[in-house]
Amino acid sequence: MSVYQNAPAPEVSAITAANFDFWYGDFHALTDVNLNIAKNKITAFIGPSGCGKSTFLRCMNRMNDLIEGTRCEGVMTLDGADIYAEGVDPVDLRRRVGMIFQQPNPFPKSIYENVAFGPRLQGVTSKSDLDDIVEESLKRANLWKEVSNQLSKDGLALSGGQQQRLCIARVLAVQPDVLLMDEPCSAIDPTSVQKVEDLMAELAPEMTIIIVTHNMQQAARISDCTAFFLQEVAGEPATLIEYGQTDALFTSPIDKRTEDYITGRFG
Amino acid sequence: MAGTGSAPETQLTSRERIKRALANGKTGRISKDAANAVMLGVFRCAAYITTLVLVAIIAYVVINGAPHISPDFIFGWPQGVNAEGGIWPTIVSTLYVTALAMLICTPIAVLAAVYLAEYAKQGRLVETIRYAADTLASVPSIVMGLFGYALFVEAMGLGLSMVSAACALALLMLPIVMRTTEEAIRAVPRYIRWGAYGLGATKWQVVSKIVLPSAFGRIATGIVLAIGRAIGETAVVLYTMGQAINLPISPLDSGRPMTVHLYLLANDGINMNAAYGTALLLMLIILAFNLFARYLSRKSR
Repeated sequence: MSVYQNAPAPEVSAITAANFDFWYGDFHALTDVNLNIAKNKITAFIGPSGCGKSTFLRCMNRMNDLIEGTRCEGVMTLDGADIYAEGVDPVDLRRRVGMIFQQPNPFPKSIYENVAFGPRLQGVTSKSDLDDIVEESLKRANLWKEVSNQLSKDGLALSGGQQQRLCIARVLAVQPDVLLMDEPCSAIDPTSVQKVEDLMAELAPEMTIIIVTHNMQQAARISDCTAFFLQEVAGEPATLIEYGQTDALFTSPIDKRTEDYITGRFG
Repeated sequence: MAGTGSAPETQLTSRERIKRALANGKTGRISKDAANAVMLGVFRCAAYITTLVLVAIIAYVVINGAPHISPDFIFGWPQGVNAEGGIWPTIVSTLYVTALAMLICTPIAVLAAVYLAEYAKQGRLVETIRYAADTLASVPSIVMGLFGYALFVEAMGLGLSMVSAACALALLMLPIVMRTTEEAIRAVPRYIRWGAYGLGATKWQVVSKIVLPSAFGRIATGIVLAIGRAIGETAVVLYTMGQAINLPISPLDSGRPMTVHLYLLANDGINMNAAYGTALLLMLIILAFNLFARYLSRKSR
């Protein structure tokens, strides 16, 4: 059973999961996850490696559908609608639920084309519309000042931190409601980490952000709510241990295992 | 008491015994160094032999062929019993048939590779297709020539022609292009695809807008290498294109490619100078394609 401290109510939630289980083939990776992700807030998923936090994150935009042999049970909703219901197109879902990966992954195209990629998929063809979207998205990602005079440069020529912000701009260009970030800062330098965290704080008021992180200071610093996942026995499914307001979870955890983890006794 | 060497075996701990065994080992420093030096020499020789063979072949062909090469030889029409004069029609036939073979082979090979790498469920069927491609690549070219003759020249009634030869050559190029394309597609990092899926791209959009453009350099490299292979092919075209000295215009025209011309010149021993000149030109053309492939693969990295 998971424990909760002031966890968000379903009415203020963008995403809800109920009795959610997940399998990779025969391997039961996650069991009985129940939680509500507050709308337009930052939620952090923490836990040791292999605790299923990234797996759970990828369930939210059905990215796991791309892996053969995966399946899930339970209910996951976005704005009240079941995202695993029949007739839901994962392609549409992924436009609404954008994703940032651990490894910055710009396409081998120009900065401009990277950002314009998503809108072009949506059928935007007008040059002036695309110009506006690219500028606006790069501005929102705090990258415009650094690249405005070199938009035709290859995205891969940027530094790691800039690449990650380019990827954020690329996602922002399709106007998602939710932004999933899978350890977005673990492959970039500390100065860039600061920039990405500032950016998250700026985006949060109008966007639901969920971040998976190994860095507990980062979770404590930037998130409103925190969820702690744990796989207690190797080979057994992982689950949600504790979930609630970040302050409460870090200062007065209810579950002993949460306390052990955040005080660095394991993981 | 440890390490004195006089203590009875039984009094030593296992660690001390190991230390003693290591210290008393028989191989001396000098013999180790000697073995190293000898083996280094052997490896080096083997490497030099490989290079030397290439240099020898090139030198031999250049020395014998270069004096014979002139604008008249390259752009002229054969004279007499086709042994004198120039070799222009054979150069055109070779380039014509190779270009046609590339046009036939590339779409099939690339589509097959996309299917194998992106769409097919990995399993027995895919393994079988891959194995078939590898086997196709090892079919002796003379057999491919006979097959091409039976199928394209006879059964399909295309006659000894550019298109018959191009189809047969395409069979030869098919496995090369397919496997290099498949590897090029697989080399596109997973997380780049995820980035595109994450933006709401469909599978086809990911393949056509991200994967294939990213893999383009390596695919092109594979195509160019296969072209190099096809240009130098003799047996296949011998049976499918004919031997007529002819400047091909229509795909149904027959002709005589450089390799067959070289084979006939050398076989009859009528004009060895022209044979070496043809050989040198052939090598230069292939070299040009290989350098181009190298340039493409460098550029795409």
